[in-house]
Amino acid sequence: MRGQLQWQIATVKAIRPETPEVKTLTLSLPAWVAHRPGQHYDIRLTAPDGYSAQRSYSVASEPERTGEIDITIERIADGEVSTFLADTVRAGDRFEVRGPIGGYFVWDRSIGGPLLLVAGGSGVVPLMAMLRHRDAAGLTNPARLLYSARSFDQVIYADELAKLAQKDGVTVSYTLTRNQPQGWKGYTRRIDDAMLKEVSAPLGADALAYICGPTSLVEVAADGLERVGLPAEHIRTERFGPSGP
Amino acid sequence: MTQKDDDLVLDGNAVAGTLSEIYGDDMTTVLAECASCGQVDHVGGLVAYVHAPGIVLRCTSCSTVMLRIVQTPTRTYVDVRAKRIAPPP
Amino acid sequence: MAKIFDELISRCATVRYILFQLNILIIARATTLLAMPERFVTRGFVGRREPIASAQAGRIPPGQHAVKDFPVLSAGPTPRTPLASWSFTIEGLVKEPVSWGWEDFQKLPAEVFTKDISCVTKWTKLDTHWRGVSVDILLEHVELDRRGMFVTAFCDGGYTTNIPLPDLVNGQAFVAYEYEGKPLAPEHGGPARLVVPHLYFWKSAKWVRGLRVMERDEAGFWESLGYNNHGDPWKEERYSGD
Repeated sequence: MRGQLQWQIATVKAIRPETPEVKTLTLSLPAWVAHRPGQHYDIRLTAPDGYSAQRSYSVASEPERTGEIDITIERIADGEVSTFLADTVRAGDRFEVRGPIGGYFVWDRSIGGPLLLVAGGSGVVPLMAMLRHRDAAGLTNPARLLYSARSFDQVIYADELAKLAQKDGVTVSYTLTRNQPQGWKGYTRRIDDAMLKEVSAPLGADALAYICGPTSLVEVAADGLERVGLPAEHIRTERFGPSGP
Repeated sequence: MTQKDDDLVLDGNAVAGTLSEIYGDDMTTVLAECASCGQVDHVGGLVAYVHAPGIVLRCTSCSTVMLRIVQTPTRTYVDVRAKRIAPPP
Repeated sequence: MAKIFDELISRCATVRYILFQLNILIIARATTLLAMPERFVTRGFVGRREPIASAQAGRIPPGQHAVKDFPVLSAGPTPRTPLASWSFTIEGLVKEPVSWGWEDFQKLPAEVFTKDISCVTKWTKLDTHWRGVSVDILLEHVELDRRGMFVTAFCDGGYTTNIPLPDLVNGQAFVAYEYEGKPLAPEHGGPARLVVPHLYFWKSAKWVRGLRVMERDEAGFWESLGYNNHGDPWKEERYSGD
């Protein structure tokens, strides 16, 4: 992917709440190019006096949706950029973006294979782009998502994931670590080897795993998947922080 | 690792844009070998500390510094400590 | 090592000239911030900067802004040295090196210091409260060699920073183990850190384990990568050549 990345000016087309602390912004891009699911854009905000702040946000939408991208942002209380994007930005606003960026943490139809996605909190965003692409492209490779969140009201894209899970080949498992709804039958603990083994076993050793979330979850999951038999070269990671992607 | 520590630790994916600025190409798929312990990771998977006067990428296994970058208004300083390996055919 | 640089050079698209200095590749940026075209201003964005009361304005060095929180900046994993294995050493160009364990260090005369601190990443925090031992007191325990002109502070995790000896004496520096009345938290450099408030805060080495007195100045972690050797915020000595 040669060639310098250029900044362009994105326009906010729509804003959609996902959870109390999470929103999705749809950005229309004059110089849109198809991204690969997992890639991100850098956003740059500039104050009138020239002060600027820059952050990376994973693309949440599938490349089949042309001309625009969705980014899903979690509002972090003392986050300079996330509070701006969550509280101040409105439809019609414009800011600089550059991308799509990244060639390592990507999955698309050209890669294929049984797909294991492990998400912690807002780490689900790039993995959602992968699932949405798989669906839009009519792919049939088996895909399983293991999604760790504190409680069900913090799960992003819950309705859409429920719909995807009704289709052939997609399984969604949650582990809700802090509190669970009445009658909850799913996992309730932090990700561990036993859980990873249960979730990954049906996919076999050919599975490709993508893990995205806070660094401690990423390390536990990556080490755990290796221990339960997934080759290290099949595992890719992205560490998400509130102040990062 | 405390919650606070967790928040600060990212990876090479987070600095992919900066690396692209410097090298004119995506660097996250480049394989890097730790000069200290021999661990091989994609640059995208290396642990990154970005809340600093510069960017520091470290080995996922032993935390040895692999790459350091500082961008001043007029210059970019790059210190490569990792060995580099060609990507697999 | 040379082979890596060949590859890097061939990939550098923005090179004007290249210098090699102790294995570090230095690239002149094709577009400097000064020459940059007008940035696109984002409606409603001002950033996380605190307005300064005019009474305090004179305390903020040039190019800095005030903050109320205490940002954590780190170049690596937070070391967690148990106090039982912690020590502080003064070594190098001294007649006899000296070392204190934690208990002994706590017995040294300590003071409370209230200081303004400035980070090269442009934030300044006014009136921070520390408790620790003045470097003057620590140096009383060694006999300095006449040739000793510079100090390298060395730390758990491998961080180093270099400071001229005259900048560490006469009440200008201390080794702190309490911040705002509580034991210094690991993410802020605990068990103990060097505090040199009249220089940019990268010189206030976290997780400090000692001072090495030297004849020659040896660039530390950030100084070897484009940051200023001295680092006076009032003269905006941020980068090499400033």
